[in-house]
Amino acid sequence: MRLGSTDDLRALRRELAARPGPKRRLWVCGGPGCLASGAQEVFRAVEEACRAQGLGGASGLRADLSGCLGLCERGPLAEVEPEGWLYGGLRPEDAGELVSETLIGGRFVERLAADPGCREKDSSPFYLPQKRHVMARFGRARPGSLEDYLATGGYGALELALSELGPEETFRRVERSGLRGRGGGGFPAGRKWRALKESGGGTRYLIANGDEGDPGAFMNRALMEGDPLSVIEGMTLGAYALGAGRGFIYVRHEYPLSVERLRAAAAAAEGAGLLGADILGRGFDFRLAIVEGGGAFVCGESTALTASIEGREGQPRVKYVRTTEAGLWERPTLLQNVESWANVPQIVANGPEWFRRTGSEANPGTKVFSLVGKVRRTGLVEVPLGTTVGALVNGAGGGVPRGRSFKAVQSGGPSGGCLPESALDLPLDFDALAEAGAMMGSGGLIVMDDLSCLVDTARYFTGFLCEESCGKCAPCREGLPALRDVLTDLTEGRGRPGDSAFLESQARLLAATALCGLGKSAANPVLSTLRHFREEYMEHEEGYCRAGRCRGMYLPEVDGDLCRACGACQKACPASAIEGERKEKRRVLPERCETCGACLAACPFEAVKARRPKKGAPDARRA
Amino acid sequence: MAGPDLSALPEILESRPADPSELLPLLTMIQGRWRHLPQEALRAVAARLSLPLARVFAVASFYRSLSFQPKGERLVQVCCGTACHLKGARAVAASLEKSLAVRMGATREDGRVTLESVNCVGACALAPVVMLDGTVHGKVSGPGAAGLRL
Ligand SMILES: Cc1cc2nc3c(=O)[nH]c(=O)nc-3n(C[C@H](O)[C@H](O)[C@H](O)COP(=O)(O)O)c2cc1C
Ligand code: FES
Repeated sequence: MRLGSTDDLRALRRELAARPGPKRRLWVCGGPGCLASGAQEVFRAVEEACRAQGLGGASGLRADLSGCLGLCERGPLAEVEPEGWLYGGLRPEDAGELVSETLIGGRFVERLAADPGCREKDSSPFYLPQKRHVMARFGRARPGSLEDYLATGGYGALELALSELGPEETFRRVERSGLRGRGGGGFPAGRKWRALKESGGGTRYLIANGDEGDPGAFMNRALMEGDPLSVIEGMTLGAYALGAGRGFIYVRHEYPLSVERLRAAAAAAEGAGLLGADILGRGFDFRLAIVEGGGAFVCGESTALTASIEGREGQPRVKYVRTTEAGLWERPTLLQNVESWANVPQIVANGPEWFRRTGSEANPGTKVFSLVGKVRRTGLVEVPLGTTVGALVNGAGGGVPRGRSFKAVQSGGPSGGCLPESALDLPLDFDALAEAGAMMGSGGLIVMDDLSCLVDTARYFTGFLCEESCGKCAPCREGLPALRDVLTDLTEGRGRPGDSAFLESQARLLAATALCGLGKSAANPVLSTLRHFREEYMEHEEGYCRAGRCRGMYLPEVDGDLCRACGACQKACPASAIEGERKEKRRVLPERCETCGACLAACPFEAVKARRPKKGAPDARRA
Repeated sequence: MAGPDLSALPEILESRPADPSELLPLLTMIQGRWRHLPQEALRAVAARLSLPLARVFAVASFYRSLSFQPKGERLVQVCCGTACHLKGARAVAASLEKSLAVRMGATREDGRVTLESVNCVGACALAPVVMLDGTVHGKVSGPGAAGLRL
């Protein structure tokens, strides 16, 4: 089926949209989280059960794998169409009941509810603050299926652009939408598009950044695997508006399924005449290649990424000239994050005013966040920009688990920052986060509770960046290890007075002198934790970790007023350092304690406290 | 010890155009086939793409997914991304070191298994996460990770 004109496309889209859908459908989630908790096995069992019941084409009852349904923590999930019910924690053994009760019988199976007490997905607090634009097809269309994409409005934007708008108006729609880059900095897309348009003639390139290097973030993976065609259509629109003949999607090495889905989707689009040579018979060519990275964080940076595509080491260069003037092979190049590209078809199809109706004036549209760490409901959420941090953490996420208390939320990946409780009122947008000393980054939100140590967190990120620094410039190559060594000392009981001040001055120096974005922002974890949690640093200088995370730097103590003699701490202790008979309040034996932290985490009543170690108490300095 | 059997190499080399931008894809394919980059293969890649051998080595040593030393038959990767770190990746790593009898970042002497860390595999909501030969296992508990015995 090769479409030769926009009329062919229109006719096919109409036909597919009008085709009656199945009477009822079970969408088994095939998102990254659910796949990791066994969704594939569940899906196979469901298919088996369908076959056993003789379900198929004519019955109007079917089961399919969907894109990420969001509530990963309760996975494997399944959504029932059209009822909108959400099931969770599925096992292959549940397949028979899912098919006979729900698919055939149309009845809800209470025991399998994903969020107890909520039948419909949309009634769960997890979904209440959400507005799904980029993720709209997850649970509505089979990932990467061209047929489903077309049936759910896909390629409507390309049809409109080619038949009515023309390149100039297509470009203007994106420019006027106020879309800001979803990959980190929030740079206005329109400005980059204009710069590319006004660059000298000749070859121009488009790149989608699917490197998603920030640990703790997986929204780009979910998007590339769940709706690859939206990224491809977005780039095709860009190619048409800006006169670019070739494009690349650079995908993180750790995401083989993303590569596979993108390649299959691109091949399908090409086969239909929607990509490649002479798109829709309009004499416009756009060749797209999917490139797999090599497992280097720095390759998410624009100049390192282009070097990597060219077949060189992913080393950044100083940006004397903008990528839009001289990028890939020294040609004008436009780089946008995959989520930025996925917004383009909707902006072109519905117009900039529609896009601006969501979010705030300076931060229009939605953003996908990955809400992970110490919250009750973890997963992917898409909300209007400007939604408060608290609405995500406490609303969608349901707050920190089991009576623990909230300490911080980390955003922006390794070069982002940690924000304290006061940040719960902060709107999630590019400017507010930057002002508070964090960063939007790609949208990872990592929640920490009172058992998370902020000095350890700074050490973790600094260590990460040390390993990922390419070593080209001295501030990064030498400065980062210097920071890491002091942070390691602080978290291993070798802290000294003045360490915090030293960290602060070194971090500022690094930020001021590093060559690329990695080094420039590498001080953020240290600076933001120093800014908001300085007290914890001072305590570490004295050898005390209040979170009970750093070994040998605290002493667990059972608070007799809070202890309910449940014995959970005793059971958890691997060193038999907790004593007490049944129904007795427990006591810690300091000389046996290895400060592993198991008792702190195990107590359901927050009765085990991390006290300041006395001199001569278990102490890492001994070792 | 005889070098690895590289008879499949020409086919791999010819599956891609002879363009410098094919360097990383080719090395990735070679790594996938032989679980490391044999010296001879690097020379063949340099010749095929008309690149200096130094450049091939530079790229080969830059990317974390490529290695000069053979990886084990089975690959166990402990996610040390932020979410997994917070939820006890270190304990998982320690318990796997014990049960698999190999240190993090090393290949066991019998060549059966490599244990290494990876920075996030995109299943953060199920932290802590371990990847076994490319298949992700979520919510592995410290001692429970020992269940992945090899
Ligand atoms: C060290 C470093 C890593 C980065 N990693 C990514 C990444 O994984 N994904 C991404 O989209 N942008 C990343 N960026 C930002 C890109 O350089 C670039 O700004 C972005 O892809 C532009 O797209 P956008 O305007 O649509 O956000 C990174 C930047 C730096 C300095
Ligand atoms: S942090 Fe471990 S999977 Fe993302």
